[in-house]
Amino acid sequence: MRQPNWHQLILSALLFAASASVAVAQVLPEDRADALYHSYSGDNIEITGPSILLRKKLTKDFSGYANLYIDSISSASIDVLSYASPYKEKRTEVSLGGDYLLGDTIVSGGYTHSDENDFNAQTAYIGISQDIFGGLTTVRMGYARGWDTVSQVGNATFEEDVDRRSYRLGVTQVVTKNLVMSFDFEGITDEGFLNNPYRQVRYRFDDPSVPDGYLWQPEVYPNTRTSSAFSLGGRYFVKPGSAIYANARLFDDTWGIGAWNAQAGYVYTTQRNWSFDLSYRYYTQTAADFYRDLFDYQDQQNFMARDKELSSFDSHSLRFAASCDIPVQSWGFVERGTASFTYDFMYFDYADFRDVVTGGPVGEEPLFNFSADVFQLYVSFWY
Amino acid sequence: MKKLFRIMLLAGLVSLSACSSIEPWVKPYERANLSDPAMRFDRNPVSDAYIKHVHEAREGARGASGSSGGGCGCN
Repeated sequence: MRQPNWHQLILSALLFAASASVAVAQVLPEDRADALYHSYSGDNIEITGPSILLRKKLTKDFSGYANLYIDSISSASIDVLSYASPYKEKRTEVSLGGDYLLGDTIVSGGYTHSDENDFNAQTAYIGISQDIFGGLTTVRMGYARGWDTVSQVGNATFEEDVDRRSYRLGVTQVVTKNLVMSFDFEGITDEGFLNNPYRQVRYRFDDPSVPDGYLWQPEVYPNTRTSSAFSLGGRYFVKPGSAIYANARLFDDTWGIGAWNAQAGYVYTTQRNWSFDLSYRYYTQTAADFYRDLFDYQDQQNFMARDKELSSFDSHSLRFAASCDIPVQSWGFVERGTASFTYDFMYFDYADFRDVVTGGPVGEEPLFNFSADVFQLYVSFWY
Repeated sequence: MKKLFRIMLLAGLVSLSACSSIEPWVKPYERANLSDPAMRFDRNPVSDAYIKHVHEAREGARGASGSSGGGCGCN
């Protein structure tokens, strides 16, 4: 007797599930254009630039988009001041993609290219979104693949590759007529040169010729990393134009980093169509297994890191955003416009990363912390 | 074990298809509040993508937040 083909059976069941669902067709994203200016200032790093998004339905069942994003970076961060020189650079990112509507299914795809003088990244993704249970549940799946090339200014012979894969699964669920919730999982695997070629670790060096009591050597990271993240979020309707929202995420990876964050906020719209958004976000993480602020001696471990993003720290973010309508009645094809302002205050408090620029007895320097001001100013038009 | 997993997977999928005929407990005419702009997870796609990029550049965690790829400018 012929054995059943399990792949065909599963595919058939999936198709049956899709066809049996009550037909409440999905809709494509709205046609809109956004022009944003962003500014980040913290730890002597200034990053500014524009982001411009255009999205348009090109046929009745296909919506395409293009996004141009630029970071102009000027950095004299604590890492730079510790063992390098302040620098300036520019990163340009271009994204193209589209969404194809097929009944209550949307198939999405896109490509992103990011370019800076010492880092080149390409990412391609494909995803599918399916409404089931009469439109009360939306299931999303996605796969992304990235190819990065890492180089180093001043070292023409240095060039390394990174291969990235991302697997995403998400469910958005209408719970009541006032509550919608969303669950997401993302697993990411990286392989290749994963550390920053400029970053250094410090190690004790007790010698009268070294007054600081320590020296520097390049970081060494594992060449693979796998991480998983789960997030849960929800929005609760309060009154027209106003909602409470909250989300939380759990994260861990094969480098030993464990993290979680949570955010809660409130969107409020006045009768004159001014909209305000106030939220608070908390983030905390443990250090990677191979992270140390100060190693005992040179080449102490096969993997060594002193990247503060891999250390133990907490951060607090407070957000205030406001937007208002722009009168567009006489603008022809433009149906609606808004002008928006967003400010995020961020505070980072490190538990095992010391401020060697301020200095002190080796290994007893004050713990590092800094705050950052993040501004966004943007206009959006729907047409 | 592998066969058991396949049977369970198929049973799960068939159950899913059976459930799809369940009457929606929030009727289409009761969804006005859910379609309010304040209830959208992706209200400001450009702004959201930017702030997620800021978080990814400063934090060790990543993923499950709809973020995009690219370098980080994080030295």
